[in-house]
Amino acid sequence: MTTPSQTVGPFFGYALPYERGWELVPEDHAGAITVTGRVLDGAGEPVPDALLELWLGETGTRGALDRRGPGASGFGRCPTTPDGGYRFRTARPATPYLALLVFARGLLRPVMTRVYLEDVPDPLLDSLEPALRATLVARAEGTGTYRFDVRLQGEGETAFLEF
Amino acid sequence: MTHPPYLSPAYRSTLLRAPSRPPLLLKADPDTIELTSPVFGHHEVDEHEADLTRQHSGEPLGERIIVSGRILDAAGRPIRNTLVEIWQTNAAGRYAHPVDRHPAPLDPNFTGAGRCLTDDDGRYRFVTIKPGAYPWRNHHNAWRPAHIHFSVFGTAFTQRLVTQMYFPGDPLFPFDPIFQSVPGPAARERLIAAFDIDATEPEWALGYRFDVTLGRTPVEDS
Repeated sequence: MTTPSQTVGPFFGYALPYERGWELVPEDHAGAITVTGRVLDGAGEPVPDALLELWLGETGTRGALDRRGPGASGFGRCPTTPDGGYRFRTARPATPYLALLVFARGLLRPVMTRVYLEDVPDPLLDSLEPALRATLVARAEGTGTYRFDVRLQGEGETAFLEF
Repeated sequence: MTHPPYLSPAYRSTLLRAPSRPPLLLKADPDTIELTSPVFGHHEVDEHEADLTRQHSGEPLGERIIVSGRILDAAGRPIRNTLVEIWQTNAAGRYAHPVDRHPAPLDPNFTGAGRCLTDDDGRYRFVTIKPGAYPWRNHHNAWRPAHIHFSVFGTAFTQRLVTQMYFPGDPLFPFDPIFQSVPGPAARERLIAAFDIDATEPEWALGYRFDVTLGRTPVEDS
């Protein structure tokens, strides 16, 4: 019998974030990209107390928690800033997408989605009508920066997933 | 249904944050990255991080307790070497977080955050202080029952679980919209730790047992 989920609440900030959790790769890592954006609520207001987790499908050579040393980690964690912003510096994934979980006060269980770096033929993307499809595709901004906003509710609401 | 619905109006923060559409049900294929999860190395987590009463120069105030249990998959098998993180208030019901404005004292000897990896039987064990109830502004005279937040990984990103462990017999249960958001008394019961005389250490600390069962993975479903 599965243990039920409960909200992460507003007070995780001194416990779950860890040093350089958002840096899956060091600054000088060849081919590093930045995935950045904001988390917004149903009124379009920023969510300043969300926690995001990024997963690339394998732990990688750098480990999941320890950011010392070179190489690439497959896992990152980033709390949002007062303007709802987050960012991850990561290697490019082997898949066209990265998996993303968002926790927050007011979310009794996390929302899961995917960040597609490009709009490519893909079983999930191809199953969605254009407006919903667009919510999963990051916007390329300059060299190696991808913008991906998470809309929890309302206009432009992100497509959330379960398996 | 085990998990609370996203929209649970009695818990006001859900009103503008609950998605309006149900999640899209995705069929997993073998390459689906959400079927895997980070692997944690023992060098990444210090064994002292599991004792929240020894993180400062002195001992924290309050009732010392031992919280232990197992992390299991849907078939009841242990999940080994998985990361368990906890955080909580001090004995007075105050978080060591700058946003917590509850006028209860901070304890200079208690931060209230710990983590460990499960052993080969899926077991974890923390030594901590029994947390306190505290008021919040959800509604008039709203109080959270004492709880310890748990964060657990498992073997698939789809199993990722953040929850709260409560203490048996808490009189605040009927009044708490977060606890009550879980559908059905049987599921709510799974969030309540059991007093455990076998985990209790004589002349030292009471023991509580809290087992966590993670959801089925898509592979197990197919």
